[in-house]
Amino acid sequence: MTTFLNSEFFHNYTRSSSAIIGSTLMALFAFAVIAGPFLVAQNPYDIASLDLMDSYKPPVWLDGGDPRFWLGTDGQGRDVWASILYGARISVFIGLVAMIASCVIGTLLGLIAGFYGGIVDSVIMRIADVQLSFPSILIALFLMSAVGTGVDKVLIALTAVGWVVYARTVRGSTLSEIEKEYVQAARVAGLPNHKIIRKHVLPNVLTPLIVIATIQVGTFVLIEASLSFLGVGVPITQPSLGLLIKNGFDVLFSGLWWTSVFPGVAIMMLVFGINLFGDFLRDELNPRLK
Amino acid sequence: MMKDAANTALLTVRNLRTYFHTFSGTVRAVDGVSFEIGQGEVMGLVGESGGGKSVVGFSILGLIDSPGKIEGGEILLEGRDLVTAGEDHLRHVRGREISMVFQDPMTSLNPLHTVGRQMDEVLRLHSDLRADARHKACVDMLESVGISRAAERLKAYPHQFSGGMRQRVVIAIAMLANPKLIIADEPTTALDVTIQSQILKLMRAQIADKGASMILITHDLAVVSEMADHITVLYCGNVVERGATRDLIETPAHPYTRGLIDSIPDTSERLDRLSQIPGSVPDIRNLPQGCNFRDRCPRAQALCAQKEPPLTPQHNGLMAACHFPLHPGERL
Amino acid sequence: MFGYLIKRLIQMLLVLWVVSVIVFLMMSFTGDPVFMVVPIDATDAEIAQARRLLGLDQSLLVQYWKFLTSLLQGDFGRSYVFRQPAMTLILERMPATVEMVLVAMALAVVVAIPLGVYAGANPNSRLSRIIMASSLLGISLPGFWVGMVLIYLFAVHWGVFPSSGRGDTAEIFGLRVSLLTRDGWHHIALPAITLSLGTMAILLRMTRAGMMEVSRQDYMKFARAKGATRRDVLYKHGLKNALIPVVTIFGLQLGDLIAFATITETIFSWPGMGKLLIDSIYRADRPVIVVYLMLVALIFVVINFLVDIVYTLIDPRITLK
Repeated sequence: MTTFLNSEFFHNYTRSSSAIIGSTLMALFAFAVIAGPFLVAQNPYDIASLDLMDSYKPPVWLDGGDPRFWLGTDGQGRDVWASILYGARISVFIGLVAMIASCVIGTLLGLIAGFYGGIVDSVIMRIADVQLSFPSILIALFLMSAVGTGVDKVLIALTAVGWVVYARTVRGSTLSEIEKEYVQAARVAGLPNHKIIRKHVLPNVLTPLIVIATIQVGTFVLIEASLSFLGVGVPITQPSLGLLIKNGFDVLFSGLWWTSVFPGVAIMMLVFGINLFGDFLRDELNPRLK
Repeated sequence: MMKDAANTALLTVRNLRTYFHTFSGTVRAVDGVSFEIGQGEVMGLVGESGGGKSVVGFSILGLIDSPGKIEGGEILLEGRDLVTAGEDHLRHVRGREISMVFQDPMTSLNPLHTVGRQMDEVLRLHSDLRADARHKACVDMLESVGISRAAERLKAYPHQFSGGMRQRVVIAIAMLANPKLIIADEPTTALDVTIQSQILKLMRAQIADKGASMILITHDLAVVSEMADHITVLYCGNVVERGATRDLIETPAHPYTRGLIDSIPDTSERLDRLSQIPGSVPDIRNLPQGCNFRDRCPRAQALCAQKEPPLTPQHNGLMAACHFPLHPGERL
Repeated sequence: MFGYLIKRLIQMLLVLWVVSVIVFLMMSFTGDPVFMVVPIDATDAEIAQARRLLGLDQSLLVQYWKFLTSLLQGDFGRSYVFRQPAMTLILERMPATVEMVLVAMALAVVVAIPLGVYAGANPNSRLSRIIMASSLLGISLPGFWVGMVLIYLFAVHWGVFPSSGRGDTAEIFGLRVSLLTRDGWHHIALPAITLSLGTMAILLRMTRAGMMEVSRQDYMKFARAKGATRRDVLYKHGLKNALIPVVTIFGLQLGDLIAFATITETIFSWPGMGKLLIDSIYRADRPVIVVYLMLVALIFVVINFLVDIVYTLIDPRITLK
C-alpha cells in the first residue's frame, strides 16, 4: 500500500484534477447504484406508492414545488429523483455487464486469432473489419430491431458491437508478444499452449484493455440510452435513464422539462466521470506519451 | 587561457546551466559549461551519450522546451546575450546567424513538404530575394552539396532520398543563409560508415568556403580529431577538459579524455591497449559530491570524493578539471 | 493504380455481399411480415396465399437467392406500409438527410480543427484545458438529450427556432434543398448543431492528439532552428502532418453522422431517411429497412474508398497498391 501511495501513478493522480473529479463522479454513481433504494422513500415501480395528485410537480425551487420531490414528479406522480436512482441502476448494470461480456469474448477471440493465426485469424479479423466500418449505434439499432426490446437483448446487442475492439487490441499485442524470446523459449521447452497464453501472453496484453474497458462502459451507457430513447432498448417496466428521457420528451412541449432534463444530466455526469478517469488512465498507462 | 579570445570570439558561452525539472528530480543536463569559438574555428564538443552535449546546442538556439529551462549563464553571440534575448531576436539568429544540423536526417525533414519548399523557407525567412532568385539559390546550394539534377530534385519529397542524401539536403538548408556558426549535432552518427566521411568532408569544405565557424557535437573522438581546431570534453554536464585538438588528443590531462582516446580503435599504435572506460555515466539526477568521474577513475583518491575539481591550467595550454591530472606521456 | 482500383472494387463488393447475407438472415428472424400485408380479419387461406406471394413459404436459401437476384436487378421490393417501391421512398428522403449530415460535418470541422490545433499547440494553457474539458463533455452527452434541451430552450421557451420539420426548400438540379432558403437554414440549425456535437468533440480530440504527437517530431524542431515563427511551424509544418490521423477517421465520422441522424431526425421530425428507418422499424416494414441498410452500407464503402484516395493525396509516402 505504501508503495502505491509513493508511486508516480498515485502522485500524478493527486495532481490531476480531471482524475480526481472523474473518480469522484464514478464513486458517487457506485454509491447511488448500490444504496439508491435506501436513499428515497418512494419506489417508482410500486404503483401503490404513487399518487396521481402529485403528478407534474416542478422542482422544489420553482413555484408549486413540493419539498418531498426536490427534482419534481412525472405524470404518474413519480419522483424524478427516485426514478433517476432506479434508472441509473439499470443503465450502469447494462454498461458494466455488456463491457465484461465484450471484454471476455473479445479477448478470447483475439488470443485465438493472434496465437493460432491462419484461417481462424483471417475469419475473425475480417468480421471485425466489416463490423468496424459500420457505426456501433447502427449495428445495435439493427440488431434490436430484429430481436425486440429487453435488458437481455440490449446486452446481446452491445456485446455484439463491443467485442471487436478487444479482439483487435489483444490480437495485436499477442502477435508482438509471441515474437519475444521468452515465449519462443517456452514453446521450444514444450509448454502447452494454454499455459503459455495464461502465464506469458495474457498478463502482457491486459494493460491497454483497462483503458478500453473503462471508456466502453460510458459508451455503452450512451448507446443503451439512445436505443431506449428510440423505443428499441429496455422495456417500459425497467426504465433506464434513456427511457426516462424518452418518457419526458413526450411532455416537453407542454413546458414540463424536468422529467427529461434531469435524467440527461445524470447520464452526462456518469459518462463524463468515466471519460475523465479513462483519459487519465490512458495518459498514465501509455508510456509512449511520457 | 586560450588565445586572446575576448577580441576574436564569435560565440562565448559562460557558465551555462540548463536543467530539466521532472517528476523524479531535476536533471542538471548542462551545469556550468563555458567555452569560446572564434571566427572560422571548428570546436568539437565531445562526451558520452547522456552527457548533455545536445542540450548545449539547443540552448544556444533557445530551443529548450519544457520541462527544460536555461537556469543561468550567458551565451554571447558577437557580444549580444542570447539567453536574455527575446523570441524575435532569436528567430532572426536561428537559420541566419546560427544554424543547426540534426543527428537523424530521416526525421529532420518534413515528410509532407518537397525538399525545394523546405529549402525555400529559409530564404523566404532570411532574405529579400524574389521567387526566381530564391529558386536559383536553392539549385546552386543543392549542387554544391553534391546533389546532381538539383532543379529536378527540388520537387522531390524527403522519402525519395537516401539517408546520406537527406543529410546533404539538411546541410544545404543549414548553409543556405550563410550563417556564421553551424551547430552539427552528431551529423554522421545515423549514417553508414562509408557515407560518414563524405558528409564530414562536405561539411568541412562548406565551412571553409563560407568562413563559418562550427560546433561539432559528437561522441566520436576520431571524427572530431580530423575536423576540429580545439575540443571541449563534457562529462555529466560539466566541462572536464578543453584545449587545442592536437595537444588534447596526444597528451590529455584528464583521465576521462584519456579513456575516450584509448577506446578509439586504430588511433594509436597500441592496439593491444584498446580499452573501454569501466562503468557508465552515473545517474545525473543525484550526482554525488566531489568529482563525478571518480567512480570510474583508476586514479581516484580520497580528495576526489570530497571536493569537485575546478578547471585549472595544465601542460600545453590544456585546461582540465582533475585533482590528479595526467602528465604528458603518462598512461592510465 | 488500375490494379489497386480493381482490388478495392472486389473488396467493396465482398463487404456488400457479407452485409446482404447478414441483413437477410437477421430479417428472417424478425417477426412474421405476412401480418403486415394481410387484413386483420384475414382467413388462414388468405394468409397462406399472401405467404406464397411474398415467397415466405420457401427455404431460406431459395429466399436468399431470390432476395439477392432481385437486389441485383434493382428490384428492392415494396414498402408494406406505403405500397410504394422501398427504394423510391428512401431516395425521396435521402437529400434531407445528406443535407443535414453535411451541414453538421462542416460545422464540426470548422469548430473542431482550429480549437484542436490550439489545444495541441498550447497543452498547458488555461483555455486549452477548458476546450478539452468541453470536448470531453461533448462526447459524454447523449445527443438526443442535447437536441431535446435545444428544442426546449430555443423552440418552446424562447420561440426563436422551429422545433420540427424542414421548412421551405428550393429545387436545384431536381433536388429539394433547404440550404437555399432563409426558412430552410432556420429549420436546419438546431438539428445540425445537435448532430455535430459528438463528431466535433472527436475531431477536436484527434486534431489535438495529432498536434501533440507532431510537436515532438524532429522536423518541427528543425523548422524552428531554421528561424520559422512558432505559428508557421505549427500551421505550415505541423497541421498537415497532424491531420493525417484525422483524415483516417473522417470516413468513420461521416458514417457515425449518418447513423446518429436517425435519432436526430426522430427528435426534430426531420423528413429524412433516418426517421423513415425508425418508423419502418416500429412498423416492421422490412423492405424499407433492407433498402436503408444496403444503401447505407454502399455509402460507407464508398466513403472509405474515397478516404483512402484523399489519404494518398495528403501523404506523398503512401502509394496505392
